[in-house]
Amino acid sequence: MTSKPEMTAAEIAKAVAGGKMSALDATEAALARIKQHDGILNSFTDVTAERARAKARAVDADIAAGKDVGPLAGVPFAVKNLFDVAGLPTRAGSKINRDRAPAARDATLIERMEAAGAVLVGALNMGEYAYDFTGENVHDGPSRNPHDTTRMTGGSSGGSGSAVGGALVPIALGSDTNGSIRVPSSFCGIFGLKPTYGRLSRARSFPFVASLDHLGPFARSVADLALAYDAMQGPDAEDSACTTRGLEPTLPLIANPVSDLRIAIAGGYFQKNVFPEAVEAVSRVAKALGATRVVDIPEAARARAAAYVISTTEGASLHLDRLRQRANDFDPAVRDRLIAGAMVPAALVDRAQKFRRWYRAELAKIFKSVDVLIASATPCTAPKLGQVNFNLDGVELPVRANIGIHTQPISFIGLPVVAVPVPLEPLPIGVQIIAAPWREDIALRVAHALEKMGVVSAPAPRGL
Amino acid sequence: MAEPLDDYIDAVSKALALPVEEAWRPAVRANLEVSLRLARLVDEFALPDETEPAPIFTA
Repeated sequence: MTSKPEMTAAEIAKAVAGGKMSALDATEAALARIKQHDGILNSFTDVTAERARAKARAVDADIAAGKDVGPLAGVPFAVKNLFDVAGLPTRAGSKINRDRAPAARDATLIERMEAAGAVLVGALNMGEYAYDFTGENVHDGPSRNPHDTTRMTGGSSGGSGSAVGGALVPIALGSDTNGSIRVPSSFCGIFGLKPTYGRLSRARSFPFVASLDHLGPFARSVADLALAYDAMQGPDAEDSACTTRGLEPTLPLIANPVSDLRIAIAGGYFQKNVFPEAVEAVSRVAKALGATRVVDIPEAARARAAAYVISTTEGASLHLDRLRQRANDFDPAVRDRLIAGAMVPAALVDRAQKFRRWYRAELAKIFKSVDVLIASATPCTAPKLGQVNFNLDGVELPVRANIGIHTQPISFIGLPVVAVPVPLEPLPIGVQIIAAPWREDIALRVAHALEKMGVVSAPAPRGL
Repeated sequence: MAEPLDDYIDAVSKALALPVEEAWRPAVRANLEVSLRLARLVDEFALPDETEPAPIFTA
């Protein structure tokens, strides 16, 4: 049996564990696809071919010896280059970090994926220091959208979106501080899971905004998202924000019916400043789920503003010494945002953190009568690379500042979200399936139901 | 003519020992204007004195 690009992780793992395909063959197929297409997509910054072959051979040896190889046996995956990969400097999209010593140990989530049998094949392009919504990078060049290579992948996990959207690998890992999993999922037409804040360990990944950083998976099916997510769950003393909750597997639950769930559409703020494609995508999802109730999330614009303030100031604090010593080695746009962030008065940052508690309480009230909220993931489909403005209802708006307007008010209070791809023509666009804290299972269940109904799916790459 | 935020940028730059080259100043100023505008939006929202910050989300 030969690995094909359209094979899901679950299908690869089943074929490998069942002896129908070797882990090495699955790995070689991914490496060949990377070689064939990544010259255009520019999603990988490092291909760890020899490491991958060694891991794949070890999986095959375990199978030959009759050992349990885990639910991701032989599944190739790749990680945003802010994850520590043993032997590589963790560049986090920057020029500066290339001078770091090679990482001594893999990030916790890589260790957990590989413990489940998965095979790391490389590290992925990203916006500098994750302060980005476009997927463009001045040092490594932009990652390119697999459905139209003249367009953005979305950021900052742009390489993750491009690699999975282009079917180079079935699973990738990324980070999401203000939308960096959900935005590339939307633009690249794939599924992405931003779990509850604190759910997945961030140990040995390069931070951006400690109080907002999340890690999570991208995939081409909901079952693959759940497979990867389940493999990565669990407490980790090396991430101070990581939950001590035990494992809460979701894969066995995703096929449960959704008829008992109370599903509402996010109104008000979430229905303003959006292109018709985003409206159409939300409408299709809501109709399929029979959702007609509209819930206004109070003060969402202020929540987005507070997330912005916290991000720019915590990011500035993280990079203060680098800004003093190596300012000219930054992407100038990132540098100038961070310098400005360092100048925001502390009292205003504290106000933003206090507002966060108020807003969290308001959302908790909503989740007493609602199980799921639906909102667009991005206000538009993928813009052109380098595009500065877009025109909405006759008004010119800046692209960068508006890509994340619907993701920021949600991650601000750490809610779990599955971004689901609606395969519109000519470009796909994502919808957020938002659940109450720690209810990733519900968001995945709804995403799976939509997938089964044929409303959401990861389209084959149209630009390759 | 100096922009209204320039004196502030100079003072904070000095206090933080964070150099701002002249060529960067317009972009730094533009970004600071956005940050302060958004911070003001949050600041305008009245909260009880007892409200605690929530830097780490716990559910």
